[in-house]
Amino acid sequence: MRKYILKRIGLMLVTGFAIMTVLFILIRLLPNHIHAGIGGYEKQLEQMREAWGYNKPIIVQYGIFLKNVFTKWDWGFCTEVGTAFQPVTEYISSKFPATLYVNVVSIVISIPLGVVFGILAANFKNKWQDHVLNVFIMFFISVPAFVYAFLLQYLVGFKLNLLPLVMKSGTDYFTWPMFKSAIMPILALSFGVIAGDMRFVRAELTESMTSEYMLLARTKGLTKRQALFRHALRNSMVPLLPSFLADVIYVISGSIIIEQIFSVPGIGRVFVLSITSRDYSVFMLISMFYVAIDLIAGLIFDLSYGFIDPRIRMGGGKTNEY
Amino acid sequence: MNIDDFKDIPKEKFRFVQSDKDIHDQKFDTKPVGYFKDAFRRFRKNKSSVTGAIVIILLVLFAVLTPFFSRYHKDDRDAYYSYCLPKNNLVAGWGWGIWDGCKTFTVNQSTYDRYEAIPGAIVEYKGEVENPAASKRGGKQHKIDVDTYARVGFVNKTITAKQYEEALQYEKEAGVQLFYPIIDTSKINSVAFQNDANVWYLTDEKGVATRDISGKLQDIYLRDDNGDPVMCKPINNNTQYSVRVLYSEWYKYQNGDYASFLFGADVNGYDILVRLAEGARLSLILSIVVSAINLFLGVIIGAIEGYYGGTVDLVIERIKDFIWEIPTIVIFSLFQLYFADKVGPVPSLLFAFVAFGWIGTSGTVRAQMYRFKGQEYVMAARTLGAKDKRLIFRHILPNGIGYIITASVLTIPGVILSEANMSFLGIVNLQSDTMTSIGTMLNNGQTTLSTYPHCIFFPAVFIALLLICFNLFGNGLRDAFNPALRGSDE
Repeated sequence: MRKYILKRIGLMLVTGFAIMTVLFILIRLLPNHIHAGIGGYEKQLEQMREAWGYNKPIIVQYGIFLKNVFTKWDWGFCTEVGTAFQPVTEYISSKFPATLYVNVVSIVISIPLGVVFGILAANFKNKWQDHVLNVFIMFFISVPAFVYAFLLQYLVGFKLNLLPLVMKSGTDYFTWPMFKSAIMPILALSFGVIAGDMRFVRAELTESMTSEYMLLARTKGLTKRQALFRHALRNSMVPLLPSFLADVIYVISGSIIIEQIFSVPGIGRVFVLSITSRDYSVFMLISMFYVAIDLIAGLIFDLSYGFIDPRIRMGGGKTNEY
Repeated sequence: MNIDDFKDIPKEKFRFVQSDKDIHDQKFDTKPVGYFKDAFRRFRKNKSSVTGAIVIILLVLFAVLTPFFSRYHKDDRDAYYSYCLPKNNLVAGWGWGIWDGCKTFTVNQSTYDRYEAIPGAIVEYKGEVENPAASKRGGKQHKIDVDTYARVGFVNKTITAKQYEEALQYEKEAGVQLFYPIIDTSKINSVAFQNDANVWYLTDEKGVATRDISGKLQDIYLRDDNGDPVMCKPINNNTQYSVRVLYSEWYKYQNGDYASFLFGADVNGYDILVRLAEGARLSLILSIVVSAINLFLGVIIGAIEGYYGGTVDLVIERIKDFIWEIPTIVIFSLFQLYFADKVGPVPSLLFAFVAFGWIGTSGTVRAQMYRFKGQEYVMAARTLGAKDKRLIFRHILPNGIGYIITASVLTIPGVILSEANMSFLGIVNLQSDTMTSIGTMLNNGQTTLSTYPHCIFFPAVFIALLLICFNLFGNGLRDAFNPALRGSDE
């Protein structure tokens, strides 16, 4: 098992490094955006490019970049987004709390709700409760997030005037006005996750409920509910828990669309801004951050299978032994 | 029963089942049911999927046919009519207050006076409201129903002498008034109304009308020596005239009919109906092309990987891992940054989709190859001299044809959604006279969601409906093509 974990981590690092290299080269080869503004600054620009090392061969540039990243954790500085020449790492970490705030609350409410409704749907399979929940699932899985975000914004925020249309800026996260302004983005983030989890739980549970051990459980005298909770649910948790764990990791990366619509001052919004205004250092760092999240979530997803269900031996040979 | 019982059966007891015709070539009484026919039969039983398929066809027809039947074209842009509400002349004529292009506004005195000065702008006066914010200044507010088409009002135009003559001729023939007297700019007291062709009345500095004793607006027309209002001002040595026209009549003179947009107009004055159809067409074509290319690439690459295995497989798998780990938004951004200027935004969007899209299909095909390539029937075919190509495409691939078709169809909504997301975020810029997309329309409408929700409503409904139906359709297709589910729900 340990060997498998080490191998998996090693592979992850290699992939991450390869992606970083390619991204760096692709981004640096782009026509650089430190443009002349109104014009007439060609000489200064040339000096700037020289000073920032943009005139060196790309491999040398990458060497310098790697050295800075690994010795000083220096990913460059902001040019277009945020304050000019502010270290990118500092700028990005100042954007984290808002993203985390909205997403953590969302995941805390949506996973339990998804599981509960999923169990309900499975329990009432093919009855009207199940059909109602299925319509809900179908709607929120198919409809893009921005549509129901707009719906929320228009109905709750504007027509009923209950909640602010966009999220408040500032850092007072534990005050009521702040939470109030975050309710709509949290809801908009949650619907999709709830529906996805519901569908997943429902599918797994209905499958477990038709298996033979359930028949045995019923035969030995358990009620339907007892059998559901003691046997079916536990077994269907095997594929569910890893995906929940991965969800929790993904929380950090946030939702770009929702942040954009509700003006959440988080990293998703900065990412889009860095692309449209071409701030390549910010773009590079956030891209790498997303890549890292992807890789780590994948790793945890794979490994957690082995921890949760001892019957599954990860990385074993054909005989499924260590 | 003992075998001895059948010994010595007399010959007479035997008779021919038939003696005059061959039976070995006789056809079955039942009709043979092929794989696709069977799948279609099962698909038809799933009501929600059939509904989904029908709605998809209707939406596609809408996207394809609307540009032919609409009176507007995708590049018809009239900035004067920006944010006009949906209007259907027929329904508006019934007077139910729906679909008539009217909207209720609560406005201050100055704005109210301005609307009052425009013929037809105020459809209904709904009374005064107390405004807490303005009450300090003693301001009352007016609640009015405004015709969003008429509120454009008067517009200053510069036309040639010939155009002016023709327009005067039309005025006489049609019996309508196009031209209205020029405003004496020196008499405009409010700074905000300096260039406003609709303020033809006397105001104070704040822009509130100064009315006469009977409550009427007092005009500030430019007058000639006789005291008659001046209708046109010659400029550039009498070759051109500066005139003030009532825009709705002018529009009718130019286009043959009053403006009316079935789905309203957006910020730039584009007709939302035809732009939506145009955007939907772009999305649909893009998604179908992407799906076809991905299917092609995925099948070829997956077949090579899975069939030949070994080093080829290993290398391609690592490349796939690598691409798969890059967030899609990064791929889209890089493709846009690199290619958008050279080949345009749509081809670069297409390239980006293709860059990672083939991975899914190739994985399926690869698994298919691994599963079947060692089986006896494949070995038999190989022994008989079948080439690799024939083995792959005739013997192995058809096993998973249902799954591959389903996956390709389900690529389409994914592409539509991604395209909408990217253009909504502004990463892909698809806004131009000749092109738009649903995401771009949503992005444009976002700023005025509270005041003019119709700009968002129609594109949002369209994409939501399309995606729901595609999901229903896809679910049905998946079940229909899965022989394991055969008879399970009967």
